[in-house]
Amino acid sequence: MNRQETTRAARIRVDQQLIADMVTPGSRLLDVGCGDGVLLDLLVRERQVDGRGIELSQEGVNTCVSRGLAVVQGDAETDLQNYPDDAFDFALLSQTLPAIFDVKGVLRELLRIGRCAVVSFPNFGYWRVRTDLLFRGRSPMSENLPNAWYESPNIRFFTLTDFMDLLAELGLNAEQIITIDRRGRARSREDIGHWTNLLTEQAIFLIGRN
Amino acid sequence: MTDHEPDGTQDRGAAIAVVPTATDLPGHQIVLGADEPLRLASGQMLGPFTVAYQTYGQLNEDKSNAILVCHALTGDQYVAETHPITGKDGWWGRVVGPGLTIDTDRYFVICINVLGGCMGTAGPKDINPATGAPFGLDFPVITITDMVAAQKLVIEGLGIRKLFAVIGGSMGAMQTLEWASRYPEMVYCAIPIAGAARHSAQNIAFHEVGRQAIMADPNWCAGAYYGQNVDPERGLAVARMAAHITYLSDSALHRKFGRNLQDRVEITFGFDADFQIESYLRHQGRSFVERFDANSYLYITRAMDYFDLAAEHEGSLPAAFEASPVRFCLISFTSDWLFPTSESRQIVHALNAVAAAVSFVEIETDSGHDAFLLEEPEFFRILSGFLHGAADQRAQDQAKSAA
Repeated sequence: MNRQETTRAARIRVDQQLIADMVTPGSRLLDVGCGDGVLLDLLVRERQVDGRGIELSQEGVNTCVSRGLAVVQGDAETDLQNYPDDAFDFALLSQTLPAIFDVKGVLRELLRIGRCAVVSFPNFGYWRVRTDLLFRGRSPMSENLPNAWYESPNIRFFTLTDFMDLLAELGLNAEQIITIDRRGRARSREDIGHWTNLLTEQAIFLIGRN
Repeated sequence: MTDHEPDGTQDRGAAIAVVPTATDLPGHQIVLGADEPLRLASGQMLGPFTVAYQTYGQLNEDKSNAILVCHALTGDQYVAETHPITGKDGWWGRVVGPGLTIDTDRYFVICINVLGGCMGTAGPKDINPATGAPFGLDFPVITITDMVAAQKLVIEGLGIRKLFAVIGGSMGAMQTLEWASRYPEMVYCAIPIAGAARHSAQNIAFHEVGRQAIMADPNWCAGAYYGQNVDPERGLAVARMAAHITYLSDSALHRKFGRNLQDRVEITFGFDADFQIESYLRHQGRSFVERFDANSYLYITRAMDYFDLAAEHEGSLPAAFEASPVRFCLISFTSDWLFPTSESRQIVHALNAVAAAVSFVEIETDSGHDAFLLEEPEFFRILSGFLHGAADQRAQDQAKSAA
């Protein structure tokens, strides 16, 4: 999917390094919406994963393949169904969930083809997002949300708490939650309270089947 | 492979031997199927027979740097050198060579003239020792499977246990897929370009038009034109003209020729080649007959028509790649309507279904099917990147298995 290019280039980002730390070395992994392949490349090189990617934009796919990554052009919404059950140890959805139409369907697919899913996303409950709306009266833009409302690939605007509710509804189990604040400080969480929802800029979930 | 072992019902004496017509073509020739004939998909046995091939670069000590390039319908083994008959550059001279995308300073590149061909490998123009005359239509019908089975014997003959890569466009992609499916243990990575897992009805239709053009030429003589001082040149030229249109695209034709007139300022109200496109096609037809045998054209088009990888696996394309260790890179071109992207995508879906390692890119171009033969920087960049990535991956695999 269209992972935000500016965000990607800015850093081997904290969230990417945290995801790499979550992934078991040498495991089989599918990066759904792998963009230009920075994270997948990191995982293949540093964690020796047997890594595959799927990416919507042809430009991203071409970049990935020319850096030697096993990436196909495809749409997370329709093409995950081609993969067999348990094909991967990890199914990764990094910063792509807000651009997904069928959120429940994609989450189910991730946990069908992967033994566990790693999902990261920006938190719309973050205080700066809230103040943008409340005081500036404008749709939020930030490092994590770099696009104006009319050109953002994001169609789902949800908070950390919203996501917890969805997991509960789907009967899915968050095995690990890492929240990242504005300064890139990461913390492992057992649960998400009001303050955490307010102070977290982005989050990474390791989700297991229940 | 057991598929090619003679079974009890076939006796060795029934094998079809092929005496090669004398050639002074550059490159190598090997006689195969002398001890044990090759069992063809048709059930016929072939042997002994000759296969011609060409190589570029040096095979390294552990024989791990070999790349097999599979040629297309009207291609041949002269990938990266001046063609011995036409005097033109090799058909992939811009891709294969020292320092190029397929770097012959690093890799040992092999290209084998396909079975049924006319550049030194056994084909219908060769002599049938049973009659002392050229085979013509008595040559056995061959398939992509047979071509690849013969190639495997050549590769084994070179002492190569595993090819680093098998690469091919169009019919070469069919061979590449066949290699990866049938001999996965001999292929590290496979790059089928502008290909399909089966020949479509539309493509069979175009081939049939070409074959009928040849057969309608009175000089074809039911395939027995050899030594008659005649050649079904007109038929073969028409076949080539029709086929050539399918290799291009409407927009490329428009860009190159439009409605431009050929060496004249106005139309002539006749049937001369008024338009540049007519003149161009006539030239394509004329130059093709100088280097290609009409019967070979019949046999090789038939081999493509018969190709259906899923059918070899009870209708399941994923089954053709079950548990495949091969790393795939599929490449298609946006304006290719002969082997459109949807055909490649179908293969990708099948490979995903068995969780194979697969890359897939579609290259934006208006050059149509022939794009894989042309200057396409993005295509070269991807091909080169994939090969580098695969080489790194193989080094990593080897380090892992050594540890």
